[in-house]
Order: sequence, then structure tokens, then C-alpha cells
Amino acid sequence: MSEVAPHVEYRGVYKRFGDSAWVVRELDLELHKGEFLTLLGPSGSGKTTCLMMLAGFEPPTAGDIRINGESVARLPPDKRGIGVVFQNYALFPHMSVGANLAFPLEVRGLDAGQRQERVGRALELVRLTGLEDRHPNQLSGGQQQRVAIARALVFEPELVLMDEPLGALDRRLREQLQYEIRRIQRQLGVTVLYVTHDQTEAMAMSDRVAVFRAGRIEQIASPEVLYEEPQRPFVASFIGENNLLKGRIVSVERGVCEVDVAEQRLQAAHIADLPAGSETLVAIRPERVNIAPLSMQYSNELDARVEDISFLGDHLRVRLHVCGNTEFIAKIPNIVGHGGILPGDRVRIGWGALDCRALEPEEY
Amino acid sequence: MKRFLTGLQVAPRLGALALVLPLLAFVTLSFVVPLATLLGKSAYQPEVSQVFPDTMEALAGWDGEGLPPEAAFAAIAGELAQALEERSLPRVSGAINRVQSGMRGVLNRTARRLERTEFAGTWRDTLTGIHRDWQEPATWQAIRQAGARFTSRHYLQALDLERKEDGSIGLRPDESRVYTPLMWRTLLVSLGVTLLSLLIGYPIAYMIANSPPKRSRLLLLLVLVPFWTSLLVRTTAWIVLLQRQGVINGLLVSLGILPDDARLQMIYNMTGTFVAMTHVLLPFMVLPLYSVMRSIPSSHMPAAISLGASPLKAFRRVYLPQTMPGIGAGSLLVFILAIGYYITPALVGGRTGELISSQIAYHVQTSLNWGLAAALSSILLIAVTVLYLIYSRVIGVERMRLG
Repeated sequence: MSEVAPHVEYRGVYKRFGDSAWVVRELDLELHKGEFLTLLGPSGSGKTTCLMMLAGFEPPTAGDIRINGESVARLPPDKRGIGVVFQNYALFPHMSVGANLAFPLEVRGLDAGQRQERVGRALELVRLTGLEDRHPNQLSGGQQQRVAIARALVFEPELVLMDEPLGALDRRLREQLQYEIRRIQRQLGVTVLYVTHDQTEAMAMSDRVAVFRAGRIEQIASPEVLYEEPQRPFVASFIGENNLLKGRIVSVERGVCEVDVAEQRLQAAHIADLPAGSETLVAIRPERVNIAPLSMQYSNELDARVEDISFLGDHLRVRLHVCGNTEFIAKIPNIVGHGGILPGDRVRIGWGALDCRALEPEEY
Repeated sequence: MKRFLTGLQVAPRLGALALVLPLLAFVTLSFVVPLATLLGKSAYQPEVSQVFPDTMEALAGWDGEGLPPEAAFAAIAGELAQALEERSLPRVSGAINRVQSGMRGVLNRTARRLERTEFAGTWRDTLTGIHRDWQEPATWQAIRQAGARFTSRHYLQALDLERKEDGSIGLRPDESRVYTPLMWRTLLVSLGVTLLSLLIGYPIAYMIANSPPKRSRLLLLLVLVPFWTSLLVRTTAWIVLLQRQGVINGLLVSLGILPDDARLQMIYNMTGTFVAMTHVLLPFMVLPLYSVMRSIPSSHMPAAISLGASPLKAFRRVYLPQTMPGIGAGSLLVFILAIGYYITPALVGGRTGELISSQIAYHVQTSLNWGLAAALSSILLIAVTVLYLIYSRVIGVERMRLG
């Protein structure tokens, strides 16, 4: 191979605890230098276990993990030099903020002068200059989180792991810190492996997102691709919102297939390798659905009944009865002329063939 | 109006006070009063001066050299007769006998013979006629000493000190020192037991605090079941295990590790005291430690290790300091209990494993020298208090976690 090895590689990694079910199965994953990769999935899907295996706290049951092309199987966690930010911050309550930050430097044998300088720089990075002498319990949740991030960075690791670091904070603070973490990561150029179950957080911060489900990666792609081109129904409904309509493929032609959904014929992008006659799930984003008066001709036009309308400020959320599905959602932007729809009205809705995707059905 | 409002606030407070009043009364009556009374006996001894008031008055002007004036002989003759009649003589003669042995005989014989003896002109001659010791200044000194209401005698005795002829205070001769060696031994055994239960209890507490809930409950139960079992049963169980014909010796002999005639002496000595006391007091160490450890997030050790500390260093710098309140509370608890422990050392300690508590028990129950028992107890109490103060200064009482 002529290209440089990826910063981190998981190669065929399996993990289970004792004789229980597999927590992680068949994991192949690569992180590039300076990349911000997020593991996204519901709780219990194996994300944190992946992180802990890389940090060295859990050995893989099978497979290999490499950093800079070298296997770390025999490297104990304290020798890996990876910064880890834990869910509950894990700040040491008996030490001041300064001592917490100096701890990794102290165990590395840096002298007092160097320690002080680096601690000062790390605090500046997270905008907490001057709080060295406080104790963790005298800080707010957001400040504690910043200290935890600073501590994971103060010894200048190239790789930082973050396990749901913002889970305990309220929404405003969380958004603010998402931005901060991203800024710091760009500024330092460190590689970050981030774990969260919050898809908005994953979308906002990551270069790439790996969607986890039951110990496997369902899809790994940039946030845009994940949103626009989900490969599986799970991803389609986990990332953002999607209406899923059950149907049967009638014919396939040049990337577009015709699908019968409850007596109606729809056209959809044909992305899964499904032949004519097979079952499918058609996924349509609520914001791609137009409601009459339709401004143009659409490949898919259907009759629907308005069940319910919620006003959400910047948009209206309309629940429709379409093809026997009463949970079909359409979002209409709050612009002049949106009005005139009432619950119980019969309306015509429409969307383009390439706005919806025929996915392989699966249990989830 | 203002007064009315203030009245409203006072009423609930009085109500609250009324609620704790029964407890307060109970604690005062059953704990504070008896304790204070007993401790008071170590320095306050009114018996002799109550029974011999005139004698004490007559001796007040005596300089201690030679014999006291005739008035003192007259007074004691009268009061001895009265004491015999009122049956208070044994108590008083016992108290004086503790100051100088042999005095019980002198007093009892004199009192009984007085009636039948002819008056010899002076009381001095009469008494000397009954018992020769009445012409010894030491006899009178003993009476005067026992008659003092407040005395340091018991404390001096408890610390193996004595008042020399010239009135100065000095150590007793080596061979008659009883209590200080015993106190040192008690202190060392208590420290040893505390250290041993810390060494054994720390890993147990760690395991309980860091096991999955189901196993943690089971382990906790294993610690608590002995705790709920009678102290006597547990101590006797150790006798069964450790005695010369006991389980452990039997096993060692049958495995051929020990010859039959060299069975280990593991009980009725210091070993027995150590083993049984550590076992009995272990829960008092484990429970505070467990309570502290449970509150330490499990991510702290991995966090320290991820920052580059070796597991040992992570433990020493991050985990151990956070368990200090538990170590302090457990150690203090075990030490305080150990220093006054009675039943276990009395059962398995033999002669060499005996602690100060058995001397206190002896003086309370057998020799009836309550003053000395109280003095010994006070010294223990002072030792524990000093220790507690040091502890609260170093670690801080507010950080102590008793479980």
C-alpha cells in the first residue's frame, strides 16, 4: 500500500462479555488523521464498548485494533496515550482543577514549570482561565465538562475519545459545547472518536457518522449523505424523520422503480438490490412532501386526508392519512399562503421520484 | 401583634423539644448520670470522711510527724464503735485497707474488742492495748489519706505511680507495675487489630462496592451475617477452630505438616486475642469503607489510567485519597471498640492476651475497688478522646462516613 495507514483501524472486531450475546459484531472501521467520527446509535448498541476497546479497558474477543498501523493488543491503557472524556466527567473531587489538569503531566514526569504552562494553555483553550484553584464541585456542569475536555487534551494526545460527554447538560449548553468541541478539534487537528445517541449532535459535529444498531454498523457516511441517502430503513428513520410506506416493486428501470403501495403506484429511487416483485419500504422525508395547491407536476401524486395540524413556529406539521397509513407526516414551511388546510380536508399531495427511496425491508 | 407572631414561632419549637424530651431523659438517666457518677468515683471518695467526721477533724491539725493528739484517738474509738453498730464498718475498713494493706484487720479487731476492753486512762493507751499498730504513724497517715474527699490516689495507682516518703510522685518499682504495661499492650493490640482489619477489610469493601448488584448483595450479606450473630457464639467458634485439639491443629497434624506433639498454641494467648478480635470487629471496618467506595464513580480509575497513570499509581493518587474518610471512620470505630473490648480477650486471651478491660472488670466485680476501676476507665476515655481530636483535626469530622 502506498497510502498512509489510517490513524485508527478496527479489523473484524467482535466483543462479548462472558457467554452473553455479542455486543459488537464484525466491526470494520477506519478513522483518518484529524477526522471527527461519531458512533451514533440507541443505548445498548455497542458504541461505548467500541470506545472502551480502543482505550484499552476491554480486550476484543476477536479481531484486531490498530493505531497508526500497529496493533495495540499488547499495549496497556496507560501506555496508549489516548485522551478519554467520560460520560460523568470523572473529575477527581479531591484535587483542584489545576491539579486535575496537571495529573497526566505529573505522571509523565514534566517539571512544575512546564506543567503550569501547559495547564494554563489548556484552560485558555476551553475558556476557563483563572479557575485553577477551584474544586470540581464548585463548578457548574458546563464548566466541569470543559475541565474534563481540557484534561483529556492537556498531554497533547493525537487521538481523543468522548463517551456521551454532553449527555448530562441542558440543551442550550449542549449546543454551545458542541460548537466548542468542534472548534477545539479543528484548532488542534486531533482525531476524535465521539459516542452519542443524539442524532442532532452527531449531525452537527461530525465529519462522518457511523450508525450503530445491535453491535453492527448500519451505515457510515457524512451527515449529508446519511440524511439524503440512507441505505436502510433503520438509518432512514433514526436520522431525522422519514415516512415509511410498505409496498411491492413492480418494475425497475434505470435507477427508478415503480412500487405499488395500497392500490397506488409510486416511483422511487431504486437503491437496494431488489428485483421486481419483492417487498420494499418507500422512505419519504416529511419536508419533501408538497400539499395542494401543487406548484408543479410530480411523479408521485396521491390523495390524502388531513388528520391533524400542529403549528411549530417555523413550520407546520401535518399528519395525513395516506394509503392506509395514518401517521404520514408532511412539513410545510411557515410562509405566506400555507394556510387554508383544516383537519378533515381532502388534499392532494405530491413529491418527486428521486425524493423517495425504495429500501430493503427489515425488522427493527 | 409582634408578640403574637413570636409566640407562634416558639410554640412549634417547644413541641419539637417535647418530642425529643423522652429520649433526652432516657439518655441522661441511663448513660450520662451513671457514667458521670462512676467516673466521679475515681477522684471523689466521701465514704471514710462520712463515717469518721470527728476523726478527720481531729487529724486536720496533725502535721503527719509522730502520733496525732489524744482527741484523734478518742474520736476514732467512738466512731469505730458507731460504725460497727451501723454496719458501715466493712465498707470503710475496705477503703482504708486499699491505701495500706493490713488496715482492715486493725480496724475490725479494734472495733470488736472496744466494748470488752477496760478504759486504760487515755484512748491512746486503750487502742494501743488492742492493737500495736495504733502507735505507728503510718496507720494514721493511711486513715487521713483515705479520709480525704478528693484523691489522686486512684489515678496514681492506675498509672503505676506512687507518692514517695518525701511527698514527691515517682514510678513504682518495676516488679509492682501492673497497669501501664497492660495499657501499652491494650494500645498495641488495638492498633494491630485496627491495621489488620483495614488490610483485610479494604479489599472486601472494594469487591462489594464494585461487583454487580446481585453479587454485591450476597457479599454484603456474608459480612453482615456474622455481625448479626451473637458475639459469644463467634468467639467460641474460634475456640473450636484454634484450640490444641481443634480443627486447624487436627488438620495440620493429619496432613503430616505438624507432628502430634508439637500442636500450635493458637488460643488463650495473644494470637487468639488478635484473630478473634479482628474477626469480630471486621464489619465495623468494612461497612464505612463500603459506603464511601460506593459513592466513588467507577470511571475514576479508568480515567486516571487513560491519563497515563499505571494502575498502582491511579489507585494511590485517585482512589485511595477518596476513601480516606472511610478509612478514618472505620479505623476510629474499630480502635475505639478494641481498646475497651472485654468478652473476646477474656474468653480467648488467656494470661498473655489479657487487656486492660479485664482489670477494670476485676476491680468492679471482684475487688470492689470502684475508684481504681473508674480511674482506669477515665484514662481509656481520655485516650480515645485525644485520638478523636487528632482525627478530627487531620481528616475532619464532617468528612467521616459511618455508613
